[in-house]
Amino acid sequence: MYDLFDKENSNARLRDVNYLITGDPMIHCVLHDPEDSVAVVVTENVKAGQKLTALILDENRTIQIPCAADIPLGHKVAMKDMAVGDTVIKYGVDIGKVVAAIKTGEHAHVHNIKTKRW
Amino acid sequence: MSFLNKDSTFWGFRRENGRVGVRNHVIVLPLDDLSNAAAEAVAHNIKGTMAIPHPYGRLQFGADLDLHFATLIGAGSNPNVSAVIVIGIEDSWTQKVVEGIAKTGKPVVGFGIEGHGDHETILKASQVAKKYVQHATSQHRVECPISELWVSTKCGESDTTSGCGANPTCGNAFDTLHGLGTTLVFGETSEITGGEKIVAARCATDKVRDEFMAMFNRYQAMIERNKTTDLSDSQPTKGNIAGGLTTIEEKALGNIQKIGKKCTVDGVLDKAEMPSHPGLWFMDSSSAAAEMVTLCAAAGFVVHFFPTGQGNVIGNAIVPVIKVCANPRTVRTMSEHIDVDCSGLLQRETTMDETGDQLLEVMMATINGRFTAAEALGHREFVMTRLFESA
Repeated sequence: MYDLFDKENSNARLRDVNYLITGDPMIHCVLHDPEDSVAVVVTENVKAGQKLTALILDENRTIQIPCAADIPLGHKVAMKDMAVGDTVIKYGVDIGKVVAAIKTGEHAHVHNIKTKRW
Repeated sequence: MSFLNKDSTFWGFRRENGRVGVRNHVIVLPLDDLSNAAAEAVAHNIKGTMAIPHPYGRLQFGADLDLHFATLIGAGSNPNVSAVIVIGIEDSWTQKVVEGIAKTGKPVVGFGIEGHGDHETILKASQVAKKYVQHATSQHRVECPISELWVSTKCGESDTTSGCGANPTCGNAFDTLHGLGTTLVFGETSEITGGEKIVAARCATDKVRDEFMAMFNRYQAMIERNKTTDLSDSQPTKGNIAGGLTTIEEKALGNIQKIGKKCTVDGVLDKAEMPSHPGLWFMDSSSAAAEMVTLCAAAGFVVHFFPTGQGNVIGNAIVPVIKVCANPRTVRTMSEHIDVDCSGLLQRETTMDETGDQLLEVMMATINGRFTAAEALGHREFVMTRLFESA
């Protein structure tokens, strides 16, 4: 049963213990659909040159991708090379268009992706 | 399977009209901005009452005025409210709010300030407020079936972790609650942009789908008519962008995770409109957090799920707001605001069924009387939606 009154840092503690016991790799980023062209960084301190473990949420399996930029928590990493005009896919659907070329592992955000609406 | 089932019950306050509330407020409700001072003075005099100040109520007209009355009458009629004192600058509009709330059968009285002044109004209103507090505090919670619960949702200060963790956790809980005959609502018309076809596909009937698309298209036309840019400075917000959200489409697809994977959209509501039967409703509404939660309170919802990413601190005067967060940094740096930490989802330490139930556990504690973080911290946001300029 979830303890309502003792939640402080419980997940962080669980994460450390889990890693020590199972050796499960830390998840650095997550994507929803295997076809997504971007993934969300879910840890702090992701740096250029790192190899990232990406979790595909819909399939509960991980893949590895190289990281080419320092990317903050919550920001997106490109899962593939994309050219200007390409459609960006997340949740398996269209979330906007590429306005500056993006290479695999680079930071994908407002400097290279724009809305197709409004 | 969730621990909640059709036999589950909670302890609520059954009101004169049969509806069930989870709080027992006595509110002092100003009709207009001019009456805030008197309302706050009454709430200062009489312990156990709460003033709900707001900045509007003068020279409004047409649909904008109708929404003003619907919001005030709806807030006073909400089953979380035991009794209401309305104070307005003049009698006529004050009595209109009183008469609207009186249809619920709960104690309500109005006072007009003109011809009396603040002192006399505060004295008379305080005398009644004392009686109302004693009436409210003699009421007891009774056991009620879970199907009588009305739950609303809206997210805010969202980031990409909202769509991966906090919003689908809310969606998992909504899937469970939908199967138990509860009454549910979501909205945020502009923040469906990019996900409207997904919502349309979830509509239970063609009639509901047509009504949803009409509301969606009307809101899009309003934005097209008034915009001066592509809205990239407003939607997503600066906070959303700092959190990693790039486009309105991405934000919308995260947003609609709140309606789960199984629920059907069973009906649509205009702003502050009360639903007529159980199920999941879409309310045409602002995407601004405090406006949307206030509209839900006015429509009669009694508890609110609020997923956040970057850390919105919102509460509401009428409705307890439960905050859900999957961002590990926000959970660490703003822990006093977060009721449900589901950041473990992003490291596979927990599952969506587990965090959905975790939210429902906190919901049960909340509706049985435990304060949410926002209530303990004194957040009482109450923000009216305006449709256009005053006359």
